[in-house]
Amino acid sequence: MAAKKSIKKVVEEDSNNSRRDFIKKSGLFTALAFTPPSLVMASDKKWDEKIAEYLETVPLSLEVNGVKHNLNIEPRTTLLDLLREQLLLTGTKKGCDHGQCGACTVHVNGTRILSCLSLASMQQNAQVTTIEGLSKGKKLHPMQEAFIKNDGFQCGYCTPGQIMSGIACIKEGHANSRDEIREYMSGNICRCGAYHNIVDAITEVKEGGMPL
Amino acid sequence: MSKTSNINRVDGFAKVTGSATYSAEYKTPGVAYACLVGSTIAKGRIKSIDTKKAEWAPGVLAVITHLNVDKPAGYEQPKKRDNLGQPLQIFKDDTIRYYDQPIALVVADTFERMQYAASLIKAEYLKEEHTTQLEKVRDNGKTPERAKDYNRGIENGYKNAEVVLEEEYTIPTEVHNPMELANIIAKWNGNKPILYTKSQGVEGTRKSVGNVFGILPEDVEVHSEYLGGAFGMGLHTWPYEIAALIASKKIARPVKLVLHREQMFTNVGFRPYTIQKMGLGATKDGKLTGLTHEAIAQTSNYEDFTEATVNMSRFMYDCANVSTKYKIVEMDTCTPIWMRGPGEATGSFALESAIDELAHKLNMDPIEFRKRNHAEKDQEQNKPWSSKYLLECYDAGMERIGWKERKNKPASVREGEWLVGYGMGTGTFGSYRNPTTVKAKFLADGSLLLQCSVNDMGPGTATMMTAIGAEITGLPAEKVIIEMGKSGLPKGPTQGGSATTSSVGSAVHDACNLLVSKTLGLATENETFKNTPIADLSFGNGAISSKKDTKKSLSLVSLLSANKLEELAVENESKGSEDAKKYSIYSFSVHFVKVLVNPNLGKIRIAHVVSCADIGTVINQKTSAGQMYGGAVGGIGMGLMESLEIDHRFGRAINNNFADYHVPVNADIEKQEVFFVNKKDPVSNPMGTKGLGETALVGMAPAIANAVFNATGKRVRDLPITLDKIIEAVKV
Repeated sequence: MAAKKSIKKVVEEDSNNSRRDFIKKSGLFTALAFTPPSLVMASDKKWDEKIAEYLETVPLSLEVNGVKHNLNIEPRTTLLDLLREQLLLTGTKKGCDHGQCGACTVHVNGTRILSCLSLASMQQNAQVTTIEGLSKGKKLHPMQEAFIKNDGFQCGYCTPGQIMSGIACIKEGHANSRDEIREYMSGNICRCGAYHNIVDAITEVKEGGMPL
Repeated sequence: MSKTSNINRVDGFAKVTGSATYSAEYKTPGVAYACLVGSTIAKGRIKSIDTKKAEWAPGVLAVITHLNVDKPAGYEQPKKRDNLGQPLQIFKDDTIRYYDQPIALVVADTFERMQYAASLIKAEYLKEEHTTQLEKVRDNGKTPERAKDYNRGIENGYKNAEVVLEEEYTIPTEVHNPMELANIIAKWNGNKPILYTKSQGVEGTRKSVGNVFGILPEDVEVHSEYLGGAFGMGLHTWPYEIAALIASKKIARPVKLVLHREQMFTNVGFRPYTIQKMGLGATKDGKLTGLTHEAIAQTSNYEDFTEATVNMSRFMYDCANVSTKYKIVEMDTCTPIWMRGPGEATGSFALESAIDELAHKLNMDPIEFRKRNHAEKDQEQNKPWSSKYLLECYDAGMERIGWKERKNKPASVREGEWLVGYGMGTGTFGSYRNPTTVKAKFLADGSLLLQCSVNDMGPGTATMMTAIGAEITGLPAEKVIIEMGKSGLPKGPTQGGSATTSSVGSAVHDACNLLVSKTLGLATENETFKNTPIADLSFGNGAISSKKDTKKSLSLVSLLSANKLEELAVENESKGSEDAKKYSIYSFSVHFVKVLVNPNLGKIRIAHVVSCADIGTVINQKTSAGQMYGGAVGGIGMGLMESLEIDHRFGRAINNNFADYHVPVNADIEKQEVFFVNKKDPVSNPMGTKGLGETALVGMAPAIANAVFNATGKRVRDLPITLDKIIEAVKV
């Protein structure tokens, strides 16, 4: 885990001044105002960073694209930041962090959600599918094929979210007409304005009746 | 352009699988996370700034402010007012020039720790009176050096006409807001900065970063391979990029800095608020005799930003007396930057609305009025057009939108309860060609590699390069590899001004032709073609063959292997011809719109859009249509939704998020059609293209305003056309 490693690196680089450092690094714990003397002693023995890290993290088990992960994460971490910054699955995009743009759409237990509005710690035992989990090597998912064929994107940044939403849109039964698709795809902003072609792509997949 | 004229995007696979790597996504071991803390006043000085709590927060590596910054060497140079020089000199001193101006950078070991620490920074200010409302200071305009007043014939000659129209049009501040946030990974290799950043121009970024740090552009390494849109936002180097570099240097670690969406509204440019005065005069039978176009636009208090807002009025219509004036007013905001269509999109809203209004006054069909005043040559430059198929665009659009259903009398067509209106607006944009170097290589496996530092922010530059390369060499598109978007490659232009295909496409065209010649030359030294004149050889399908003896053939792979070559390369710089300077080269577009307006609610629906364009040769139908669809969607945002609202008491943006700043979503876009004349321009460049990205948006906003007028009888002259502006007029 990249973030974990980087925390440890800091420990090595910054291991003097331990008492101050302990207070600094375990801010969350001190905020609770019950620092036991034993922990202060531990800080003097330069265990502070390890303890701080332990205190600031919660365990999380989840499956991403069929791969099981047992992690210790900060409770503040969103599913989006977990995917992008720690699991290095950068196909899921950050566009606003407020659930207003849809770029971060992933499937959790088969349902489309906005990963920026979901705390990772709430995804205990969840099955997450991201854009990276759709294709099998060079073999693309029908929705991915249809986006290429119908040119359903330009810059490509909203595309993973559009594709994840498009698949869900059909599975939900909300792709029965162009009007219905437009309505149920309106949570995914495309600033390049590829909407016409996005609707073409989803319509084609829906009418093709391919397994999703 | 035959078999390559409809190829899929060559970066499609990367984009639909999530493997395309945008700036903040480069895997960088040891990367630290940074963000910027913004000021909470619009003008004044920082009295004090408390960073202690942030510095002591878990995981924090550094907090940088004007008090402790290691100032880049270039800060000693006085900052020029030129809008593409150094960006705002971040952390230089305690001066606050706009609301949300960065006052501190926090960098920590994790994203979450950085975010928390940033919330702990507190500043106190010495506040000064700010100006964020253009209407209040509209008389303080200055004429920029590069936007002189223009007069042809009698100054303000329109006033003497039989029929006169004088109106004022306003567009608010609009923000580019590409879906990818402005972002950077910054690091240093000794004294040489390395940037993975959102830049529309690798070479431009090298220059301005070099300028800030007092080093040569050649010593700045820039990667910007994939951009998640930019629409002009990436034309400037912004303070966040410099801040990340300063931080990286300080902590001797790579630093990742991604702006918040809120900061995208305040720190990386916008389309400037612009007030335009139009004066038009015509004879009773519809001959335009005078046209005056004056614009006043906002700029910042530290850079002079200008754009070509009034220029279109000088040449768009046949008119003897034309006057234009352009002024900018300093305000306490970030500097604007060209936003798609740029000044021409702003200008066309005023010009094309006014033309529609005058046609209505003359009781003429607005297309008929335009046709009567069609410019047969460019009167501004007194040159012939290189090519102009604007009339074809009018006719194609009229037929497709069903113009014959339109009534000249407003509010006289209904579909059920909905009022129906038809409108159109004309757009144009200059065709430019910038010097570009491309390296073309045949590789040992028989593929073609094209290298250029130009970016592809979404229009399909890589696909265009592939199509042209494949066309010239006769190789299938799958055999063409593109390497672009980073420094160290042959120098390409900045992506902007609709000039990329003309510049880079031409360079690919020329380099590939030279490469084929070089290959044929090498083949004549081979046993197979000994004593065969080069003129008798041809290259196609990955092989050299004799035109006279079709049985004689030598594959490219064999030729390279016979000569023990890993590659065969040509590097060549291409630029525009002297001949082209004799002509005025412009793209033209016409957007047609059918709107439905609900008389009970004032709701406006764009029921049908037909966008027609004369852009010379269409290299790729698929990606070009995408550009045109997208430009029209951008125009719908401009026409109906987009406006950055400022609380002028504080100089603060109110709607700095996607919930409150509305952009078009899928439900806003009903039926859309695109038509290209697709006729080669004889002089623009070897392919005969003229440029598309900008003109795809220009003219769309006035088309909507004109259609809304036709539907309701209500003329809205201040964008966006929201329902509150028309509800009184349409109420049942």
